[in-house]
Amino acid sequence: MTARSLAIAVIILVVASLSLGGYVWHVHRTVVSAVSVSEAQPVAAPVSGPPEQVSLYVAYDSTGTLLPETASIPLPQDRQQRARELLRALITKYLEKNSGHTLAPGSDVRDVYMVEPGLAVVDLNSELANGHRSGILVEELTLASLSQTLTINVSGITHIKFLVEGKERETLAGHVDLMADYDVSEINQMANALQTPQ
Amino acid sequence: MGRNQTASYSAGLRYVGRYLLICLLSGIFLSSSAADEKRLSIYSVVANYSLPVVEHNGQDYVGLLEVLDPLGAVKASTDGKHWKLRYDKVEGEFTPGSSLTRIRRDDFDLHSEFVLDNGRGLVPLSSLGALLSNILGGPVTLHEASRRIFIGNAAVHFTAQMSAHNSPTLLMNFTAPVNPTIATEPGKLHMVFTHEPLVAPGSPSLTFGDKTIPSASYEESNGSAEITVNGTAPLFAAFSNGNKTITISASTQTNIQAAAPATQIVTPTAPSPTATPTIATPQQVFAVVDAGHGGDDRGETITDQLSEKDITLNLARSLRQELQTRGLNTLLIRDGNLTLNADQRATLTNTTHPIIYICLHASSEGHGVRLYTATLPADRHDKGPFLDWDTAQASYLPLSTVAANTMAQSLQQKQIAARVLLAPLRPLNNIAAAAVAVEVTPSPDGVSSLTSAGYQQQISSALAAGVLSLRSKLEAGR
Repeated sequence: MTARSLAIAVIILVVASLSLGGYVWHVHRTVVSAVSVSEAQPVAAPVSGPPEQVSLYVAYDSTGTLLPETASIPLPQDRQQRARELLRALITKYLEKNSGHTLAPGSDVRDVYMVEPGLAVVDLNSELANGHRSGILVEELTLASLSQTLTINVSGITHIKFLVEGKERETLAGHVDLMADYDVSEINQMANALQTPQ
Repeated sequence: MGRNQTASYSAGLRYVGRYLLICLLSGIFLSSSAADEKRLSIYSVVANYSLPVVEHNGQDYVGLLEVLDPLGAVKASTDGKHWKLRYDKVEGEFTPGSSLTRIRRDDFDLHSEFVLDNGRGLVPLSSLGALLSNILGGPVTLHEASRRIFIGNAAVHFTAQMSAHNSPTLLMNFTAPVNPTIATEPGKLHMVFTHEPLVAPGSPSLTFGDKTIPSASYEESNGSAEITVNGTAPLFAAFSNGNKTITISASTQTNIQAAAPATQIVTPTAPSPTATPTIATPQQVFAVVDAGHGGDDRGETITDQLSEKDITLNLARSLRQELQTRGLNTLLIRDGNLTLNADQRATLTNTTHPIIYICLHASSEGHGVRLYTATLPADRHDKGPFLDWDTAQASYLPLSTVAANTMAQSLQQKQIAARVLLAPLRPLNNIAAAAVAVEVTPSPDGVSSLTSAGYQQQISSALAAGVLSLRSKLEAGR
């Protein structure tokens, strides 16, 4: 091979390497951007099951209130899945841009477990708990909103227990107790008191 | 653990601890730490740390790599027959099953066999002092019975003496900042130092010649040092001087003084026209005021420079001043930057038997003041005279509600927006007295008002006036 051929081969290799590097960089940026967009978006609405009229107890920070709102949501028949989809629909509202009670991006309910007799265990994800604003009222609004929505729309729940990423946690964000399991009467008391504006 | 298992486990937890009895709580706190695994604490000028101790043939062993890792660059490897260690420029060779090793090319006898456990080199604790001294090339002191190792000059000394001006108050001065775990039981206050190289005073028993705080003792065990202060009345600790001074006071005092109060203290007001003279007996605390959060728990980050724990402490001091101005004997749960959990706060309160408990919080969201009483489950599990810990508040809830409403009215009379709510906020449900949580939010002037001495005093004055107006009702309902 002549020196000229060698030089041409080297130039081709360098050009190919640079092109490949540029392509990898482009693909990396596209993927990162797609992932960050999908993480920031609200949880997708459930699609299984026929639409049903439900009452969502929606929190509003400006007035410090919890107000019932009717919504039509497709819900499965299975109680466990139904509970999960119900809470996801509620959280979707809080992830919307103009929500009156914003939750951290990526907030979600990992799952809801129905443990007989009457205990619903709600497993929140770490984005919801770790990104939650700190304060008695703001934490209570989230807890009461999730709990009341669940007990009103899913029959047979007498107690609710919250976990975060499958584990117990002392408080939601430094104030409201997450170690206790709440009975329906406590949840009703909280929700009723929160329906009167500040 | 699977998800379903976790859920079932969590459901079962509700019933575990239902019967924690108020009268036994102090003992439970003390025993909880004592039941921990065996640990070794290592103190040096580089780092203070604690490691688990494992047993082998009835002897205590520790992982040598874990011991050296925080002190400098360390590597270990094995060739199947020997375990080789390199710490900075020092090389060591250990043979599993043999007590003879080579450090710096010299023989060194561990006196017990070296153990290789899944690639982890374990050495007997009894020879760790001499071994470390050899490897590090400096003095190392091992307290083998208490499993504490002091490398170089790492040591914190302390003195303890009764305050000449404010008896019965015990002043303990340390040569470096300390942050012990504090627990109380009737007649004793325990301070456990795990992260500090605290060393014994001249005598393990200290006497002060005081009737209320007669003595203290020092002992070491399981990687910790413990100072126990004995008292004939409930004792409380306050930190000051950058955590280099701990002030131990008895609750017979109308006031627990911190040697160095926070920089912002509300100016005391003149006595209210409705103030009554102090009639509380020296033993009786009327109000316990609890500044929310503290220490490692900062609470809400209000601004970059301002945490909720600082606002609540200033508010607590202001409220104490206002209550005492009205003749209501008041005790602060914390009068410094102290880490306390909800159980400790409840225990301190319940052992003091106050008429009312007020815990203070602050939030950047909303306006005015929100007052909370406890939410309680329908089921109670009291056993005879013993109250269920989770629902100890139940009998007092009507009184708490009256107190919250009265304080709200008092605030509204001063043109401060106030709202009464329920909240699942510990330790409200554990308090065996009227109990109200107060969450202070900014005035219409904005978040900066939370640090305004005027705004804090306005709120604390209104709260104190509300409590005073309820005095007879609260005392009757006790």
